[in-house]
Amino acid sequence: MPQSLQITAAAPDPALLDLPWHVPLEEWPESHLAALPRGISRHVVRFVKLSGRVIAVKEIGESVAYREYALLRDLNRLDVPSVEPVGVITGRTSPDGEQLNSVLITKHLKFSLPYRALFSRYLAPDMATRLIDALAVLLVRLHLTGFYWGDVSLSNTLFRRDAGEFAAYLVDAETGDLHDTLTKGQREYDLEIARVNIIGELMDLAAGDLLVDDMDTVAVGEMIVQRYEELWNELTGAEEFGATERWRVADRIRRLNELGYDVGELQMTTDVDGTTVQIQPKVVDAGHHHRRLMRLTGLDAGENQARRLLNDMDTYQADTDQQGEDEEFVAHEWLADVFEPTVRAVPRDLRGKLEPAEVYHEVLEHRWFMAQNAGHDIPLRDALTSYVENVLRHRPDEEAILGLDTATLAAIEPD
Amino acid sequence: MASVTFDQATRVYPGQERPAVDSLSLEVGDGEFMVFVGPSGCGKSTSLRMLAGLEDVNSGRILIGDRDVTDVQPKDRDIAMVFQNYALYPHMSVADNMGFALKIAGTPKAQIRERVEEAAKILDLTEYLDRKPKALSGGQRQRVAMGRAIVRQPQVFLMDEPLSNLDAKLRVQTRTQIASLQRRLGVTTVYVTHDQTEALTMGDRIAVLKDGLLQQVGTPREMYDTPANVFVAGFIGSPAMNLGTFSVADGKANLGDTHIPLTRTTIDAITEADKGEITLGFRPESLDVSSEGEEGAFGINVNLVEELGSDAFVYGQLSAREVAEHVTSGAGEAQLIARVDPRRPPMKGDKIWVKVRPGEAHVFSSATGERLPA
Repeated sequence: MPQSLQITAAAPDPALLDLPWHVPLEEWPESHLAALPRGISRHVVRFVKLSGRVIAVKEIGESVAYREYALLRDLNRLDVPSVEPVGVITGRTSPDGEQLNSVLITKHLKFSLPYRALFSRYLAPDMATRLIDALAVLLVRLHLTGFYWGDVSLSNTLFRRDAGEFAAYLVDAETGDLHDTLTKGQREYDLEIARVNIIGELMDLAAGDLLVDDMDTVAVGEMIVQRYEELWNELTGAEEFGATERWRVADRIRRLNELGYDVGELQMTTDVDGTTVQIQPKVVDAGHHHRRLMRLTGLDAGENQARRLLNDMDTYQADTDQQGEDEEFVAHEWLADVFEPTVRAVPRDLRGKLEPAEVYHEVLEHRWFMAQNAGHDIPLRDALTSYVENVLRHRPDEEAILGLDTATLAAIEPD
Repeated sequence: MASVTFDQATRVYPGQERPAVDSLSLEVGDGEFMVFVGPSGCGKSTSLRMLAGLEDVNSGRILIGDRDVTDVQPKDRDIAMVFQNYALYPHMSVADNMGFALKIAGTPKAQIRERVEEAAKILDLTEYLDRKPKALSGGQRQRVAMGRAIVRQPQVFLMDEPLSNLDAKLRVQTRTQIASLQRRLGVTTVYVTHDQTEALTMGDRIAVLKDGLLQQVGTPREMYDTPANVFVAGFIGSPAMNLGTFSVADGKANLGDTHIPLTRTTIDAITEADKGEITLGFRPESLDVSSEGEEGAFGINVNLVEELGSDAFVYGQLSAREVAEHVTSGAGEAQLIARVDPRRPPMKGDKIWVKVRPGEAHVFSSATGERLPA
């Protein structure tokens, strides 16, 4: 029986109806595509232009599409860094009546970079470890939420620059499952999958001559295990100390804040005679700095970017002699007098290169280098002019890096 | 290779009272292809994940061969989850794509090559080993992904709805491929699906689960011929078995004008708890066209005829109106289904007379749902 096209979406865009759903995705005309397809993936995926945005369209089975859509919605609701689902389209048929697979639509994550775009043999040697760090942070965060991924890999992740580091976002939830809590077996298996996949991906880059020659892919890939376990233990491990060392409670909380986590619940127990105390974080929420910056300024930045901007705000408070002032007032002033004029001064045609918060971070870095060379402080305005001309102008546009495969990577400028 | 044993294995999720898997006891033989099947929430995937080590076993044990793996970490269980990752690496040769996990594990090069070649032979990939995956067709790429699991030579293969993200055509193709590959390799395999057709066509044996409880284990033929209870009867077979509640009197099952003879053994097995009733089932293909007045014959008002060429199925209702809703297809539809001669199908709106072929009625206790002896 011929089915009619069915669109399931939280906020459907009528422009979706104009796309050629009766044509297999593989054969979509170039005029609809935001980038040409490259590389091999297990499903047909295309980046498509829609109402001035870019969406990613993936052809998969109906039940799997609905399942992944629901999972991505849950992850978004739980505030886990992941791509945002737009909707599911089912009931596609070609003009001659052939049934076509359903599609899952997600928003393209602006300024995100696939790992393959970040590798070239000229690149900073620690690129792999920085990406692995970011992935370990994401995996811990997913596991704290009760999400079992099932196919952890660099290719199922997108990376955004985050004040010199990277922040990782989950892209593919097809194999995932959301539980109340994960068993140790689930966590360890996910980590094992991550280890094997990452090493495989690094071996592939090595086979394509895209890695620094002497990299030990196995040793580098193994780091995911170590980074994950360190972070997991810091976030969830129990700690025991004498009753006289109660400063260690505050110290633990400070350490967690520094890692970017707020402590929602800390369990504290003493032994029978009260000589030793045991503490264990029970609920930790990622995004400590992100939330604080958001509350003070309304800026939506990555965790490290937020930390950087907050530090700059503190410096501003000291420089302008406002230590006694309410931080809300200072933040407002810093935003209007410092941050916004700086990012607005970036010429319009260069704004697709980096996110505003990342630009600001790089300007601060640039000012520091300039000051080191000159031996004295450099005004922000001068640093900005120099940064735009000498650095930003020569960077690739990163707002939408789509459909890249390694064969095209040589064209990308080294970092 | 090895057998797999579930010994009273139970999984209770934190905060839930009813176990997701309740005292599962089952042995999968060495080299056997076992399919876990059932509706969603029946515990089939949880059972598989318990075997994989992804779910805790709250009580009972799980053994692979003679080894108790209940508390062993997933990666140390010597199992392989097939199809879990089938992204291929574009810069690596097909051989490296298949063997990279062995390389990570530090297996000597010569041994990797040997195992890869062996797997490639089984998968018909020998001539492609030194090529890049880009040169392969979709089906060949999928076989490379299978090859990854094969070269590891695990004791057990686990597959959790591996076909669910394929389109209908590829699903049937891959189904056949997996089944024949498994037979050639002879590796013990546990396969999870919600699709009873997939289960019937692939499994050496099938385990049907519902609400965390094992309903029946057996060969596809056993499940079809002698379902152990009403649930299995309605679940296995397509189109599903017709099921109805009949009252028992005079050695017959009676519903309206329909009277179907029962054997002495069946009648003796009915207990007081059944309150003089039984659930009687008959498959669409167990009906013969008959005529009014013949013993055991009943009339069907035809609502729809589905002609498939090789078969024709009548969808309709018992013509005895006052009892029509008592007999329905086990698939949950409000209609009764009968297979008829495709060369002489009735028309929509016709009334036909059919009777259950002797010995092909299935009788279940109305109190317990369990099968009664024939």
